Amino acid sequence: MIRILDAGPQTTVQDLGRTGQMRYGIPPSGPVDRFAFVLANRLVGNPDTAAALECTLMGPRFELTAAGAVAVTGADMPVTVNGQAATGWRTIAVKAGDVVKLGPARTGVRSYIGFAGGIDVPLVLGSRSTYLRGRVGGLQGRALRKGDELAVLASGPVTPRRVARDAIPDYAIEPTVRAVLGPQADRFTEDGLRALFGGRYEVLPQSDRMGSRLRGARIEHTRGHDIISDGIALGSIQVPGDGQPIVLLVDRQSTGGYTKVATICSSDIWRVGQARPGQSLRFQAVPVDEAHRLLRESDTVLESAVREESA
Amino acid sequence: MRFLPAGDLAVCVELGEAISVEVNTRVRALEFLILQKGLTGVVETVPAYSSLLVYYDPRAIGYEPLCGAITELVPQATTAVLPPPRIVELPCCYDDPELGFDLAAAAKRLELSSEDLIRLHAGAEYLVYFIGFTPGLPYMTGMPERINIARLDTPRTKTPPGSVGIGGIQCCIYSVESPGGFWILGRTPAPLYDPGASEPTLLRPGDRVRFRRIGRAEYDAIGAAVAARSYEPVIS
Repeated sequence: MIRILDAGPQTTVQDLGRTGQMRYGIPPSGPVDRFAFVLANRLVGNPDTAAALECTLMGPRFELTAAGAVAVTGADMPVTVNGQAATGWRTIAVKAGDVVKLGPARTGVRSYIGFAGGIDVPLVLGSRSTYLRGRVGGLQGRALRKGDELAVLASGPVTPRRVARDAIPDYAIEPTVRAVLGPQADRFTEDGLRALFGGRYEVLPQSDRMGSRLRGARIEHTRGHDIISDGIALGSIQVPGDGQPIVLLVDRQSTGGYTKVATICSSDIWRVGQARPGQSLRFQAVPVDEAHRLLRESDTVLESAVREESA
Repeated sequence: MRFLPAGDLAVCVELGEAISVEVNTRVRALEFLILQKGLTGVVETVPAYSSLLVYYDPRAIGYEPLCGAITELVPQATTAVLPPPRIVELPCCYDDPELGFDLAAAAKRLELSSEDLIRLHAGAEYLVYFIGFTPGLPYMTGMPERINIARLDTPRTKTPPGSVGIGGIQCCIYSVESPGGFWILGRTPAPLYDPGASEPTLLRPGDRVRFRRIGRAEYDAIGAAVAARSYEPVIS
């Protein structure tokens, strides 16, 4: 059992997300940073599909009622166990009664806490992920609160592991995220596209799991910003009438009527979700086959990221 | 037909550039064929007015082979392949200004009596083009031209779930509390989105919707049944 002593501003249960529900208007949800999420699970010996916690800007403080293992990845939040500093990106063995705390993020936005066995909340439409706006999944469809208790599924003994240093992202840098043009790139002027791929865009505080709102040089339309509503893919860069981009994330609306100039590669989308308000990023256009190569490359990094601790 | 890349995990298949029953039927038929045949690498699909967004796993299929496989299905994508539509009856209470708070103003704007507006709205059969934007929200066609009405000048910031509204030639049913610019004629007690139900959304793409006019007493009775989880929607 996990007993929540302090929840942090927005801590939710997430697994890899739901599939097949977008045709009913229900988004996939799941982790904004899938890379860090998967590693949190692998560090505690879980399958990638196990449910873990996603914490936003500041982590929770919680007590474990049984011995086991946890791991913290993602945004750099200082971790303590019973007040003693512990290290992220590696397996942390815990005893019954241990109190784990994650402080405010020094870099990045979202941290993940994996628990050996995985969090046991009911499957809703095939997933344990919390969709906050739709009030489904996770713990009663909401963010965690002080006093909540979460069950953890049984697990075997956990081999201590760590993530290789060179696989740990630096969230403090200004990232260049790759994007594939379209579906409505033809609705933008050459100047508009030059602005998008030439300048820096700053992340605004109104960003959440639905989308990251950005501000920078205006991305100019050729003729109006409305389209016949269509489906919205993960990482779509939607540009309404003000010419400012919104990058749509895991809790996005399933369809919409604004033009989408380009779509961020799945290998890079986590970088947008980890960029803090005030931080800036740049875009680079790539063709679809290059985006697929980048995905294979990031799969390879993920496969070789976790090592067993040397004795 | 055009294939528009939507990143590395999805492709938008555009079957037309207008909103029409004909194009939308082909979109839904194409979706049906893709799901029925279990096209390799396809993860999920999202139909809209005139396009189908196809999510795929690039580890299982490349972009060109996927577009090729979809192209082969397009000629078969007609009404003939679709199963008969479900007909969903939605009870709607028009006769209470607390629920249909714009009814009188909309009737006045349209130069109709409230009674005629209700009769025209409830007398039509609507087709669900697709579900989108918020969970369970239907995009529908079928509204009589006579009640075509400009949207509210100032959209309201909150509209209660279940509100049945008109704006332009669209009829909208709010599935969750949202902002919006529709004239609210009434409210249905049937939940379009119920996060606690095993099937949270009531409507599906391709459904036919008929409104059944009910009084406030029946509205309250159905509302109580919904709360007690004993309400069964009427679907044929």
